[in-house]
Amino acid sequence: MSKFLKLSLAFGLATALSGVAFSQAPKPAAGKPAAVTAKVGLGRAALPEEIKAWDIDVRPDGTGAPVGKGTVKQGEELFLAQCASCHGEFGEAVGRWPVLVGGRGSLKHDNPEKTVGSYWPDASTAFDYIRRAMPFGNARSLSDDEVYAITAFLLNMNEVVKDDFVLSNENIGKVKMPNAGAFFDDDRTTAEKHFWTAPCMKNCKTGEVKVTGRARVIDVTPDSKTGPKVE
Amino acid sequence: MSVQDKTPQMSRRGVLRAAGLAGAAAAAGGQALAQAKINPAKLEPGKPDPTITDIQDWNRFLGPGVEAAPYGKPSRFEKETIRRNVAWLTAGTESSINFTPIHELDGIITPNGVCFERHHGGVAEVDPAQHRLMIHGLVDKPLVFTMDDLKRFPGRINRPYFLECAANGGMEWKGAQLNGVQFTHGMIHNVWYTGIPLKTLLNEAGVKPNGKWVLVEGADSAAMTRSIPIEKALDDCLVTWAMNGEALRAEQGYPLRIVVPGWEGNMWVKWLRRIEIGDQPWAQREETSKYTDLLADGRARRHTWVMDAKSVVTNPSPQKPLKHKGPNVLSGLAWSGRGAITRVDVSIDGGKNWQTARIDGPALPLCLTRFYVDFDWNGQELMVQSRAMDSTGYVQPTKDALRKVRGLNSIYHNNGIQTWLVRANGETENVEIS
Repeated sequence: MSKFLKLSLAFGLATALSGVAFSQAPKPAAGKPAAVTAKVGLGRAALPEEIKAWDIDVRPDGTGAPVGKGTVKQGEELFLAQCASCHGEFGEAVGRWPVLVGGRGSLKHDNPEKTVGSYWPDASTAFDYIRRAMPFGNARSLSDDEVYAITAFLLNMNEVVKDDFVLSNENIGKVKMPNAGAFFDDDRTTAEKHFWTAPCMKNCKTGEVKVTGRARVIDVTPDSKTGPKVE
Repeated sequence: MSVQDKTPQMSRRGVLRAAGLAGAAAAAGGQALAQAKINPAKLEPGKPDPTITDIQDWNRFLGPGVEAAPYGKPSRFEKETIRRNVAWLTAGTESSINFTPIHELDGIITPNGVCFERHHGGVAEVDPAQHRLMIHGLVDKPLVFTMDDLKRFPGRINRPYFLECAANGGMEWKGAQLNGVQFTHGMIHNVWYTGIPLKTLLNEAGVKPNGKWVLVEGADSAAMTRSIPIEKALDDCLVTWAMNGEALRAEQGYPLRIVVPGWEGNMWVKWLRRIEIGDQPWAQREETSKYTDLLADGRARRHTWVMDAKSVVTNPSPQKPLKHKGPNVLSGLAWSGRGAITRVDVSIDGGKNWQTARIDGPALPLCLTRFYVDFDWNGQELMVQSRAMDSTGYVQPTKDALRKVRGLNSIYHNNGIQTWLVRANGETENVEIS
């Protein structure tokens, strides 16, 4: 008898007293947390080859980085061939595609430029993302060495590493990103504690309420009457 | 085009056979009237309304039979109830977003076909027979499941939850920009999910004591990934295959999606194929370079997962102006990622005075809640606002109060109070006020 059937029978017995004919998952006793320990026995063991094929994530400390390496110079050639049509030859972007280079010191300005160099806290993220999702429309087509090279080139263009730098699984967890120290965990419950305050209902503002800005003036709203064609 | 042009020929012949020549003559008259398109506002007082006194086409001729629409669509008179894109926002449509037409909807459930879409590499068309879900990492036994396996698990549940993109309202940080509630607030939908708790699957694999984080990954060409803390994964996350009673739509992650109730939509990874357990977050692109909230001092908040309480009046709004003096129904939506909506207040004088709106339908935690104010409009100018409160006591802040804490460059998590200016002619505008 399978484990699943055994469990079902056990549940059936447990619930029989309450008149339920079908087997059900056990209910926790009142006041006690549900102790989910029983295994159902569905699914099968994942094979090492299967895990290796899908487990492509790389953490900031370098955990998960595949064995390999690439130079800034190799990365430049690859970038021009594979990336520049959207991101520009210098990572400055074509049209509205993402800007990858520059923007250092702009984060406090009216129009901050959030690039790999100016904003991203971890070098691993660039490698991980290029490896899983780039080139756009042809994901997973680059070798690991090519991804190391392109990442090295991006770091170099952003003045994070020198021209002769070789990025590899050995050192990707050690690259220090310029903006790494600027991130902190969500603190809304303390920094915005005043939003948990009973609100005013009557005479909440003094003086005349005036319009200070109008979307109509900016005029960037799509025409609501000309949406995509519907059959 | 007249109504009759859509009538199948078979039905027409059937009518002629049954009614004979007299019927055919009357049919021609009916068609002419239908083409004239009666405008009720133009009717002369005291004169009979031809939509009543004339026999209408649909009252005479047979309509399509039961086989005409194996999967039904909305009435052809509802062509405005569609998702819309803001083309200038993104470089292309594959990594882009569109918006739910919340001004055309009522109640709390979003119909599947108009739930907003956000893709990072277009819609993956996944054959469910070839879809697998893998759980590995810090577990006792790495596992692979087929869709059939997942649907055999005991403990299946149904839950309604809102999904809001963290960037909903993101274009409005620096001021009123888009003139339509679909565009200012339409990165949201609310559907019933069917599936199994994520903790059921985690239990099946056996999470090791040092397993503190969960990485979820999609099978699409962006291989979307997010890190979720184990506490949330074991609390209320779902692995779902159905929305509003039918299989997930392809654009919503068919055949499998993770539901992360109350938390930003980007974490609800679609086409879910992999769950890894680790001891640290993975600092993926979507949780570092994106979906972090840049403050005025140049620092940035990360892991801002929860969606704060928010509300908006959907009618009137720029796409739904007031058309009539006298009785009107103000309607809107409220939601909170921290709990249930307990109260919604509405102001028509730009926030000077408030009255509590009537909530109708359930006010469930982490679920859209519908509110109404039935009011008489005498044609005066209105500055309409709504303000949500949730079960934690959180009160939706004004946009200025938000900007005071966060500056203008946060992009994400803009839950400030929206103002609609209703002018004397009923036209409604997105404005900012003093």
